[in-house]
Amino acid sequence: MIQKPVIRRAIALVDCNNFYVSCERLFRPDLEGRPVVILSNNDGCVVSRSQEVKDLGVPMAAPWFQLKDMAKKHGIIAFSSNYTLYADLSNRVMRLLSQFSPEQEVYSIDECFLELTGMKELTRYAQHMRSTLRQCVGIPVCVGIAASKTLAKLANHVAKKQPGYNGVCNFNELPEDQLDALLDKISAGEIWGVGRRTSLRLQEMRITTALALKRAPAKRIRAEFGVVLERTVAELNGTACLELDEITPPRSQIICSRSFGVSVSNLPELEQAVIAYTSRAAEKLRSQHSLASCIQVSLRTNLHKPQEPQYQSAITVPLSAASDDTRLLCRAALSGLRHLYRSGYAYQKTGVMLSGIIAAAERPRTLFDDVAAQEKSGALMTTLDQINRRMGSGTVQLLGEGIRKNWAMKQRNMSRRYTTELNELATAHA
Amino acid sequence: MQLSLTLPRRSSASVLLSMTHPNKELFYRQRALLRRAVPAGFPSPADDYVGQRISLDEHLIGRRESTFFMRVAGDSMRGLGIFDGDLLVVDKALPATHGCVVIAVVDGEFTVKQLLCTPEGQVLRAAHPDYPDMHIKPEQDFTIWGVVSWNVHKH
Repeated sequence: MIQKPVIRRAIALVDCNNFYVSCERLFRPDLEGRPVVILSNNDGCVVSRSQEVKDLGVPMAAPWFQLKDMAKKHGIIAFSSNYTLYADLSNRVMRLLSQFSPEQEVYSIDECFLELTGMKELTRYAQHMRSTLRQCVGIPVCVGIAASKTLAKLANHVAKKQPGYNGVCNFNELPEDQLDALLDKISAGEIWGVGRRTSLRLQEMRITTALALKRAPAKRIRAEFGVVLERTVAELNGTACLELDEITPPRSQIICSRSFGVSVSNLPELEQAVIAYTSRAAEKLRSQHSLASCIQVSLRTNLHKPQEPQYQSAITVPLSAASDDTRLLCRAALSGLRHLYRSGYAYQKTGVMLSGIIAAAERPRTLFDDVAAQEKSGALMTTLDQINRRMGSGTVQLLGEGIRKNWAMKQRNMSRRYTTELNELATAHA
Repeated sequence: MQLSLTLPRRSSASVLLSMTHPNKELFYRQRALLRRAVPAGFPSPADDYVGQRISLDEHLIGRRESTFFMRVAGDSMRGLGIFDGDLLVVDKALPATHGCVVIAVVDGEFTVKQLLCTPEGQVLRAAHPDYPDMHIKPEQDFTIWGVVSWNVHKH
């Protein structure tokens, strides 16, 4: 009898190191070795930290205003988040990585899974990936390789935290006892899919490390926590239960909401913001070739100022027919906003959410459809998107969005959009 | 009289093309050709010679992932035809060899110069008599960021 050779599953997780900081440093080489943080929308919290800042003990999501003294003392440099730049560099990284594997799952802006089963000399291959990315895009990454996605995540964690691995940790190459010794040092809360509540409950069962969870009886875990965590246990034991999702399904909701730079109390300014956010959401909707059936508008005051009068409310406005036309969506959103608005409050945030999303190709046809108008609207929106893509976003907008946006986000330290705007390129001195 | 035949929205031919074409752009272009009305009269003699209009993007940007643009400030590279305000096409994937025009990082700043690899070490050379050669010392903060593949000058 011929026995088929057993091929061990090999899945890699590639994760960019301090991605947003790395993006800023690519065009600001003078920031190499200096403490850098990236702040969230409205310059609120820290969303990305350089190694130097991590070493200073600044936690993720720390509010920036609490760090100002420390920033002065240590010379921490803060940037507003420049998502245009990060998204472009992320696309470059992901496209390059896709050349290394027949299957890729882009998991987030800075990490992706690659299927490497059957390939040889994986550690060297992964080192080649790292140097290619470093050379071609200038972004440093770490690679974790293992027999399941959950283990690959942990391998990546080890590759990041332990310099001895030189950025690549391949669990498949480690003998069982060495792997277990590594898992023993990782707390159970670090495992992919183990949330804070689960990890607290696990602690009560004296399961505190990844190794303990790996060795936990699957039946008991299933009885206590359900099938999802049982699957995690199987994955920790090297049985891949989660496959790579190559295609991200179209989003079933599109949200665009932001805090204002300064509080706003009059209706016209709120209307501008709602039109601006609806326009962004409609752009996203069209880029995924979908239509929305409803739009929800929400409005609230600053919850962190309890001494001021508080108000918050939301309303969902259905559309007469599913649409992707910015003008129709804005009209619906504005009627919702006028319903919500009460004078005498200082509003801090408004947002819109598109829901009931269907593929544009599946537009339901009714007897009363004005097909000519639909075609005209489609052509107009396509032109709008093309102009804004080519000439920079916001080149053509609805006038209602306003020209002077007093309410716009505080983004005091935004770097240039080095890769997407011709007039914001980096300067080469000659 | 002209008879015209339009292929249905997603013809079997276009499905076939979509399966055989990993290149989406090409697929759409070819599908567009298929969808055109086919006149039954005298065929245009140019039909067999349909070419693609020249695309500078394709010509100047070899690798989309590793190509970046930069703007020149200063006139030290005039001798090589690189002027103040020019647009540089920089490919990070290209190897920096002797004689290349490179974007180097010197003391935290981008500079465009010609790279010379000499037995005494790397030298950055300007293309202007007023600017002396810069000999890279081992302790100096120096990296090559990318190689300039083209510069675009407006006349």
